Amino acid sequence: MEEIMNIFKKTILTVLASLFIIGNVYASDKIRIGTEGAYPPWNSKDASGKLIGFEVELAYSLCRYIGRQCDIVEQDWDGMIPALQMRKFDAIMAGMSITDERKKVITFSQGYADEVASLAVMKGSSLEGMDTPAGIGLSSPNSDAKKALKTITGALAGKTVCTQTGTIHQNFLESGDVGKVNVRTYKTQDEVNLDLASGRCDVALAAAVAFTDYAEKSGKSVVLVGPTFSGGAFGNGVGVGLRQASQLGGTLGARDAELLKAFNKAIDQARKDGVISKLAIKHFGFDASM
Amino acid sequence: MDFTIMATSLPKLLSATVITLKLLSLSLFFGIFIGLLFAILRLNKNPFLSKFAYGYSYVFRGTPLLVQIFIIYFGLGQIEYFRTTFLWVIFKEPYWCAIIAFALNTGAYTSEILRSAFETIKPGIIEAGKSLGISNKIIFYKIQIPVAIRQSLPAYGNEIILMMKGTSLASTVTLMDITGVAKYIISTTFKPIEVFIVAGGIYLFMTFIIHNFIKYLEKRFSF
Repeated sequence: MEEIMNIFKKTILTVLASLFIIGNVYASDKIRIGTEGAYPPWNSKDASGKLIGFEVELAYSLCRYIGRQCDIVEQDWDGMIPALQMRKFDAIMAGMSITDERKKVITFSQGYADEVASLAVMKGSSLEGMDTPAGIGLSSPNSDAKKALKTITGALAGKTVCTQTGTIHQNFLESGDVGKVNVRTYKTQDEVNLDLASGRCDVALAAAVAFTDYAEKSGKSVVLVGPTFSGGAFGNGVGVGLRQASQLGGTLGARDAELLKAFNKAIDQARKDGVISKLAIKHFGFDASM
Repeated sequence: MDFTIMATSLPKLLSATVITLKLLSLSLFFGIFIGLLFAILRLNKNPFLSKFAYGYSYVFRGTPLLVQIFIIYFGLGQIEYFRTTFLWVIFKEPYWCAIIAFALNTGAYTSEILRSAFETIKPGIIEAGKSLGISNKIIFYKIQIPVAIRQSLPAYGNEIILMMKGTSLASTVTLMDITGVAKYIISTTFKPIEVFIVAGGIYLFMTFIIHNFIKYLEKRFSF
């Protein structure tokens, strides 16, 4: 019996020790960058499963500016921030907008790109031809924006509005700015697109480019309706998500603080050299850099 | 460990058990009829019918439940012709897609459980009925079915528990069951461990109830 207890104790100690070691591994001096690989044109995968897109190329060029090698790691969107905190990777570049809500748990570099969000429907929907301005800003909405929000509130009443879980788009729909909306959330934007096309969703909300990209690739007649949105719940551009150095003092915390500085500097240089603009035009079709 | 998040997420997760229980009870309800039907077909002397029933249970037991839900939800929704039929009224709703997938899946397992229960009924019991002059139909309904149900209780109890855990897959088709709500809370708090521990605790508690209920039934109907 005693022998069995000993084996038992040893096993538990070994498991605990290995967990401790695994939890503290800091991979050499490569920067590991997490991305979703399912939000084209920001980041996606080609037919062979290779990660491609604006942020994948930008990540490699930022790493060149920093002077360190990069590994790009794939991670589902809903586990992105927890995975960063558990040190599965060191930075997030996944079309993640800089918002106050996220800033409570992680920190962001300066923004590198920004683009607007939009509602989309299938051609022939009753929501087509909504009478609103082309774009509204929500940081400090003017009377036109407020009027547009009212129009949208009326148009969305009783409709099923689909969006991806844990996004600025979901936050906006639940903010009350457009009344009480029947929101349905999906794990990926692909699934939102599928259900928009099948008619399960009356209308969907995401980055405008996510819909135009889908319409282009699938040949489905998805059309943008209403104004484009920016500011407010939609955050202040997309930046590199990093761990807050204060969460963990000591060497690891100092490394995280260093990484933030390095990314900010690299983004400055990449912007000055026109690298961000060039990549943005290549992937979005317009200059989304900031 | 953030205990405040655990405490604040508990009531939200508890209110989501209503959806989980609805999914579970409706799928088991339809699943039992599907299971009984296919168990009877399986034991039928007609080779075509018994092969058909065998094929059904083979396919649904041999593929992951997640794949079945995805085929029924996303797959069927892609077929343009299907969307013009009256069936689309049902299949448009994620709720019914989940129940259909669960019922078909648990039906396959239930049919196997019932089939083996029918096969283990001792021929003596049926012969005793026959020698008393009871008709075949009454023997089937009043002797074979009750004995088979009692025989299959332990295995069926397991199936209920498996199905209860399986309902967590409903969250993949946008339903806000316990797992769906847990994922939702995580998307705003970014604390997966705390929230999933609470959700896991609720599932464990439901298993405890089901397990003891089946144990009670086994005692009550022992002979």
